[in-house]
Amino acid sequence: MELNELFKLSYRAIAANRLRSFLTMLGIVIGVFAIILLVSIGTGLQTFITNQIAGLGSNLIFVIPGRIGGARTPGGVVSNKLVVADAKTLQLKLRNEASVAPVVSQITTVKYKNKENKGTTVFGTTSNYPKIVQNATIKQGRFFSQSQEQSGARSAVIGQTVLNNLFSSQNPIGKRFFIGSNIYTVIGVINKRGAVFGIDQDNVVLIPLSSAQRQFGLTHVNTIFISVNSSSFVPRVKNQTQKILLGHLTEDDFTIQTAESTLSIVSNITNILSVALGGIAAISLLVGGIGVANIMLVSVTERTREIGLRKALGARRSDILKQFLLEAVILCLTGGIIGIILGLLGSLLLARFLVSQVTLWSVFIAFGFSVAVGIVFGMAPAIRASKLSPIEALRYE
Amino acid sequence: MKKTNLIRLTNVTKDYNLGNLVIKVLKGITLKIGKGEFVAIQGRSGSGKSTLMNILGLLDTPTKGSYYLEETDVSKLKEDELSYLRNKKIGFVFQSFNLLPRATIFDNVALPGIYAGKSPKERETTATGILEKIGLSEHINKRPNQLSGGQQQRVAIARALMNNPDIILADEPTGNLDTKSGQEVINLLKTLHKQGKTIVLITHEREIARETDRIINLTDGKID
Repeated sequence: MELNELFKLSYRAIAANRLRSFLTMLGIVIGVFAIILLVSIGTGLQTFITNQIAGLGSNLIFVIPGRIGGARTPGGVVSNKLVVADAKTLQLKLRNEASVAPVVSQITTVKYKNKENKGTTVFGTTSNYPKIVQNATIKQGRFFSQSQEQSGARSAVIGQTVLNNLFSSQNPIGKRFFIGSNIYTVIGVINKRGAVFGIDQDNVVLIPLSSAQRQFGLTHVNTIFISVNSSSFVPRVKNQTQKILLGHLTEDDFTIQTAESTLSIVSNITNILSVALGGIAAISLLVGGIGVANIMLVSVTERTREIGLRKALGARRSDILKQFLLEAVILCLTGGIIGIILGLLGSLLLARFLVSQVTLWSVFIAFGFSVAVGIVFGMAPAIRASKLSPIEALRYE
Repeated sequence: MKKTNLIRLTNVTKDYNLGNLVIKVLKGITLKIGKGEFVAIQGRSGSGKSTLMNILGLLDTPTKGSYYLEETDVSKLKEDELSYLRNKKIGFVFQSFNLLPRATIFDNVALPGIYAGKSPKERETTATGILEKIGLSEHINKRPNQLSGGQQQRVAIARALMNNPDIILADEPTGNLDTKSGQEVINLLKTLHKQGKTIVLITHEREIARETDRIINLTDGKID
């Protein structure tokens, strides 16, 4: 039997029960839509984070307190033995190969006139910070100088969220505002960096390290950034850093990471996330497939007489099998294509609010899945139809 | 002139197994139908004529006995081989027409051609040719429910002729029709007979059976 005849038959059968076919297809549409959309969220997240980390620069090493993936200090608290003095030691010993920027942080409220911005992270760091952390670029004004940093000047560089909430459309440069109870002068604004996992990267204020230490009494560092002069020195500097820090700290007190090692951790996590999201969506496609099987069984029962007649007129088992299988596959495939289109539109829409990125493989997988669902779930009803005896089928009322 | 035997049944029996109860429907049927004959198989309901028709039409196989269709023993053939022979050799006409309701008259008539592997062009030529001869050309794009019962049965006969079979098996073809339409259908079968087709008519009505050349009476699974 020719394929175009089979297509004609399937089309006629599907068109004869429009509402039923539509509802059956809807199960597949939703399943495929969910796969495309959820996988696109996972992928979007991965790309976003990867870019963020890549933005830090490939010759960057950072030291953070505590041990990632290892033993925690008693009570589950991350070890906080890494102090500013360690950064100073590193700076001194590594000065030929790298520059070091320690960062301390404190969450507090900043105020300007009658406006206030809560939950702002105040980072205290050194003047070389913008050179080291490549995604912290100055958009307006300038960063504090080495002398400002050493003298503990009350100068501040603010993020976009702080800018919007305190100064709205005014030019913030030169404006004096409160960080806690101290007055600081805005000298610069950094570029918008967006949000990662819902944490606003722009609700920040950067002030000189010495000022932050004096105001908040901070000695423990949040991160020590080490920018290596050449990326080929990265492994060597990493080893040196470890040796220096192990001079008076233990392995549980700090973790040394490079952009590369962080990237692999993050991509592991986001890969698991993508697979988990896709897996959940696949379950809904499975349910859609069961719907297809169900409706195909109904269709076979309804068309028992037709099957008997076709057999009497010379249809072989395989002809009947193909007819019903194709019908199921067309239902799933049409549903799949609609689902893919909706998924693409959905992820485009989603990209405005959240990160999302459609990958070609997820489209292919969704497409292949919907065909496979059609074959798998269409097979049992089709076999049932093909095995009907023509006499009994013709006698069926 | 000695006619060649198209159908030769020897001692054909058919039993139905209903659990531990065995119902003997056909109890040794021996019959010959020659090429070009117009035969009626007449019997009351329950006489086994439908079972006999299913066996003759290769829809069912005998429990015992042999069935030669043109010197081929068909009692031992596999399902797909039976499908092939049904498609090429036999044209069915049913009491309830059995047209596909959603397909056009043309598609209904051309249907056996699809399973015969005929090209679309060949199917079109054959189907339109037959419909023209039967006088249904104007209805070619209609659906079955737009036609009268008599017209629908003539469409079914057109379908039976699609693959130019040797035998037309008509199972109570007038059963659902009024007298006038029924007569038209019988006249059409007579015309086909004159053109050389072998026609086997299954009926319970003596009047209808009398229209044929030979009547085979079936009572309680045996030929009288």
